[in-house]
Amino acid sequence: MKSITVFRQFGEMLVAIAIAPLFAGWIAQCRAWMQNRSAPPLIQPYRMLRKLFDKDVALAETASPLFRITPYILFGTMVLAAAIIPSLATDLPFARAADAIALIGLFATARVFLSLAAMDIGTAFGTMGARREMMIGFLAEPALLMILFNAFLLFGSTALPSLVDGYRAHPSLMDPSIIFAAVAFVMVLLAENARLPIDNPTTHLELTMIHEAMLLEYSARHLALVEWASNLKLFNYACIGFALFIPWGIATHSADGVVAMLISDAALAIKLIVAGAALALIESLSAKVRIFRAPEYLAMSFLLAVLGLLVHLLLGAKQA
Amino acid sequence: MTLPLIAEHPLRLLLYLITTWLALGLAGLPTPRGGRLVARVLFPLGAMICLAVATIAAIFLLTGHAPQTAILPFGLPDLPFHIRLDALSAFFLLILGLAGAGISIFSAGYFRAGEGTAPGLMGLQYHVFLASMALVLLADDAYLFMVAWETMALSSYFLVTSQHRIPEIRRAGFLYLLMAHVGAICILLSFGVLQGGSWQFTFDAMRHATSTLTPFLATTAFLLALLGFGMKAGLVPLHVWLPEAHPAAPSPVSAMMSGIMLKTAVYGFLRISFDLLHVRFWQWGVLVLAVGLFSAIYGAIFAAVQSDMKRLLAYSSIENIGIIFTGIGLAILFETSNLHLYAALALCAALVHALNHSLFKSLLFLTTGSVLHATGHRNLGKLGGLIRRMPWVATIALVGTLAIAGLPPLNGFVSEWLLLQSFLFTPQIPHAFVNMFVPLGAAVLALTAALAAYVMVKFYGVVFLGQPREASLSEARDPSWLERIGLLWLAIGCIAIGIVPQLAMRPAAGVTGMLLGQTVATSSLWWIAPIAPQQASYSGVILLAGILGTIGITFLLVRLLAHGRLRRVPAWDCGYPHQTARMQDTAEGFGQPIRHMFGAFFRIERDLPTPDDIAPRYRMRLEDRIWRTLYLPIARATQKIADMVSILQSGSLSIYLLCSFLTLIVLLVFVL
Repeated sequence: MKSITVFRQFGEMLVAIAIAPLFAGWIAQCRAWMQNRSAPPLIQPYRMLRKLFDKDVALAETASPLFRITPYILFGTMVLAAAIIPSLATDLPFARAADAIALIGLFATARVFLSLAAMDIGTAFGTMGARREMMIGFLAEPALLMILFNAFLLFGSTALPSLVDGYRAHPSLMDPSIIFAAVAFVMVLLAENARLPIDNPTTHLELTMIHEAMLLEYSARHLALVEWASNLKLFNYACIGFALFIPWGIATHSADGVVAMLISDAALAIKLIVAGAALALIESLSAKVRIFRAPEYLAMSFLLAVLGLLVHLLLGAKQA
Repeated sequence: MTLPLIAEHPLRLLLYLITTWLALGLAGLPTPRGGRLVARVLFPLGAMICLAVATIAAIFLLTGHAPQTAILPFGLPDLPFHIRLDALSAFFLLILGLAGAGISIFSAGYFRAGEGTAPGLMGLQYHVFLASMALVLLADDAYLFMVAWETMALSSYFLVTSQHRIPEIRRAGFLYLLMAHVGAICILLSFGVLQGGSWQFTFDAMRHATSTLTPFLATTAFLLALLGFGMKAGLVPLHVWLPEAHPAAPSPVSAMMSGIMLKTAVYGFLRISFDLLHVRFWQWGVLVLAVGLFSAIYGAIFAAVQSDMKRLLAYSSIENIGIIFTGIGLAILFETSNLHLYAALALCAALVHALNHSLFKSLLFLTTGSVLHATGHRNLGKLGGLIRRMPWVATIALVGTLAIAGLPPLNGFVSEWLLLQSFLFTPQIPHAFVNMFVPLGAAVLALTAALAAYVMVKFYGVVFLGQPREASLSEARDPSWLERIGLLWLAIGCIAIGIVPQLAMRPAAGVTGMLLGQTVATSSLWWIAPIAPQQASYSGVILLAGILGTIGITFLLVRLLAHGRLRRVPAWDCGYPHQTARMQDTAEGFGQPIRHMFGAFFRIERDLPTPDDIAPRYRMRLEDRIWRTLYLPIARATQKIADMVSILQSGSLSIYLLCSFLTLIVLLVFVL
């Protein structure tokens, strides 16, 4: 293994860790603009993290070691996921460790740990948040799997690097099924990352909370890690979306040279800026749905993904 | 020296070991109440024998030994017992040995005098149960198979009804026995069809006879086998005995039944459908796939609304058996479509899941045993906060919980990943519509896996996390060291297969090689890439190392760069200071979204208090719809027929003699 690929691998992880809060800050800024509010500065999330790292931890008396270790597990799994997802280059050493299905599993691991930690204190809101989060999780997973099924039918792979390469081999390819899958993916992304219309990340009303309800007992550095992990999760999901649907610009060989590296960095930056603005727009235009409407919302996403699958199979049958 | 010996005579050694089990069981009889001999000597020895069985099976599989046969001079005159060891039986013996070792060593510390059956007698039933399961796996003719199958059913019946003074347990035991026998009749009839007019009941003869069976007869045999083994395995709608029998049985027995006995049904089904019937029609695959998927989702939904921890795990067993049968159905579908490599992948997934399930489900049933002994409660509503009182059990249960929830990098994820991978190839099946609908099965499977995670968060969260819901829980203690060894053994198995899936996939490759003539690639030690590396790969080692590495670095950095100040404060009370532990979310509350979403599956009875009730009581009963729509009508019809026939039961001897005489005449006429 060349040292340059290892270098790129760690570079990719560090980039993810560094700009994930920035991405969240960008979305918040866009949202504020669209809603005619004065926007917080872009670096607000970093200030928040710094403030939290400075504070003293106020740990509930009933907290077990599981509660204290969970922030590290969340952060660790999200960083690992960032290493596996080809956000800048495709042939990195970690890429083979997990295909897209295993990545979903990795996210599920993080979700289960957060839910368990939320139940650890034994307050009503924590457990309620945990059960809602797990509910959203099990509703989103079938849709996510069908989206990957679409990608598999096109390029015969569930490994994200192979998908990126497959796209680059057929740059003109625009299968109708992939459009269905892309819409479905955006819906799942919003639900999985606790954003409108499923969950409101800025809410202060406990009864409607999902993600925030689980974090009620976290404070200071623990909370900072959990928040950072949430930012990373959103960043990771965005990068999975880029790899699945708009992979242009990602370097195929990490040793390609400075130009390819710069192109991939610039491409990622542009995609993130556009995607952030688009997410802010979607969030500004939608209202939060009742928790028991969430199944309908995610069933819609599932249906779109299945439609994509059927469209592909029917078109394929017609051609053959 | 010993290795060549094992490699040369595996079958003979296995027979010795099985005999030793029986001897161990008998040795405890003279002192039924003297627990020390049974606990300190016999059960640990039994566990050693389990290990030996697993070792022999593993060596047999990994050396690619040719099948071994032998004829035992027992049984009826002219009908000696045929036994045979091949890759399929060896794989399931491996399951039996690995899970059995953990359960036996746990049982050594668990069974005590004063709880139902005396330990000595329990030891006998337990070891007869183990031996009969091993014989089921080794049988090579229908006679021995049925004898061993029935011994297995009876010994487990006695184990289930260990506390037979409680009426519910007697009822559950009766239901189990009844279902076991109806299933056995189906299997017997299936063998009757399989001999195909040759009247030879050795499996070897059947293997040749079945090629001349008409499609109708072959399908009949297949359906009877599905019915018979499905009843034992707990496929929906034949599952009703499972959630009754598991809570009734002592925990190690539940672990044995769920972890190992259900797998003998999987074995029997594979033996008949693949080995004897050489899977002939793709429609069989669709049927098995549909039944498997339905069982999986059904089990997961019902597990989510249970309040009794063992019932919850019993429904989860139904779900996992459903996943295994989904894999088998997919394998049949691929095999009959001449996609042999994908068939091998699906079958490999099913086999690995069978092994995984035997490990994590036994583990979880054993932890419920520890919790039950420490607290006396089985109801989730009376537990909570045990992670602080029983850190050992809680930590090991966490491994089992994550494994059964199908999360990487543990073993449950590996088999589900393999199964999802094989689903990806279903659009290649050359039958129109089938290739469009079967991919949706992958979505059902994903839903099941995610629901299983929901169920396990509920199980673990309510039992081990939160605050204790009863004051008595503060006296709960971790179990004895023998029990801890048993739990640890199974937990290590879950982790080992999770990070090095080849440990399970290599032995499974022996089976797929024997049944399908194909194996999936398991060459690399670092990752698994069943079809092609650029298509999909997974590495438990790298994932685990990556997670541990990032966690470690994060921890160190936070320690170095940030201050470590921490103070303990009361949990936030939401501005309401009078909270008690009983106000925590309950198991019922956790299941509420599922009740809401999947209401069509349940029959719900609610007693709601009126607003001006002084002592309001809220009561809800939740039932399986299948019980009312399928089983009660059958029971009523049986009762009616019995009533009609009872006219004959007049009590006078002459009428009985007359009946016998008439029957004889009719039969004579019929024969002549």
